Amino acid sequence: MTGSLNVIGYGIAAIGPAIATGMIFAAYISGVARQPESRSVLQPIAFLGFAMAEALALFGLVLAFVL
Amino acid sequence: MINLQLSGEEGYTPPGVKDFDLPPIVESLPYLTKVNLLVFLAVIIISIFFIAASRKASVVPSKLQFSGELVYSFVRDNLGKDILGPEFMRFVPYLFSLFTFVLVNNVFAIVPGLQFSSMMHVGFPYALAICTYVVYHFVGVKKQGLGHYLKGIAFMPGVPKPIYILLTPIEIATFFVVRPFTLGLRLFANMFAGHLLLLVFFLGGEHLLAGAIGLKLVSPFAFAMGIALTFFEFMVQCLQAYIFTLLTALYIAGSLADEH
Repeated sequence: MTGSLNVIGYGIAAIGPAIATGMIFAAYISGVARQPESRSVLQPIAFLGFAMAEALALFGLVLAFVL
Repeated sequence: MINLQLSGEEGYTPPGVKDFDLPPIVESLPYLTKVNLLVFLAVIIISIFFIAASRKASVVPSKLQFSGELVYSFVRDNLGKDILGPEFMRFVPYLFSLFTFVLVNNVFAIVPGLQFSSMMHVGFPYALAICTYVVYHFVGVKKQGLGHYLKGIAFMPGVPKPIYILLTPIEIATFFVVRPFTLGLRLFANMFAGHLLLLVFFLGGEHLLAGAIGLKLVSPFAFAMGIALTFFEFMVQCLQAYIFTLLTALYIAGSLADEH
């Protein structure tokens, strides 16, 4: 069986965005739990932050294939 | 590329980039691939569905009309009105067609028989990202004038002067390079990674089934995991269509605002 070390590197690189995504949604959930009517305001912000953090993981994924 | 030799097993090639190169359907027409046909299929499905849903519209909606209006009002209210403010109605047609087009194309990836999405080829998401890029710059220039718009990007108001040394290059790079680049890449990479993940579990499960008796016993778990991930993929596909449209709306909203 052959594989690429790049994928292991990608696995390590994905730790950062994973923690970031967890923190973003933790903040979003506690914000909505404290003030349920703020949901519609917080939702786009939370998803925007999630998308930003996820983009970093996806750069890693693309580089894992390209390099 | 560094290869990692693990054990002497042979005959199994893990799924990779080559699985995304589909041959043309007819040999003599090299550009007519499944990927292109799926784009046309998506347009036909969306058109037929929404024409059927909006024809014979009545005060008491039929189930079809209700489902069409559900999608429309979701885009109009959650992505248009809440983000773009009072001028939102101008942009609803663009946001709506973007959302439905991306959503239908994404969901093709798990429809039995099709199981491929055009968004897995990087050209298609980038075409959409370029549309968004043109739209939000055009809106910004039209609304604020070229000079004022560029000044707003490069010199964000309300910041101490020395910070501009750092901030100006970052802001310019964000608006002109990073935004369109990540917008297209995000959709592409999600669809690509999702398809690869399903291939790993289903092809791996198939390969285990051909192996020794111990491996045969493990393969149902691989298939079960593959089925579970198919549902997870459905969630990711809807989420990506939402995020693509949401980011488009946020970028347009940023161009509409006088100071951001």
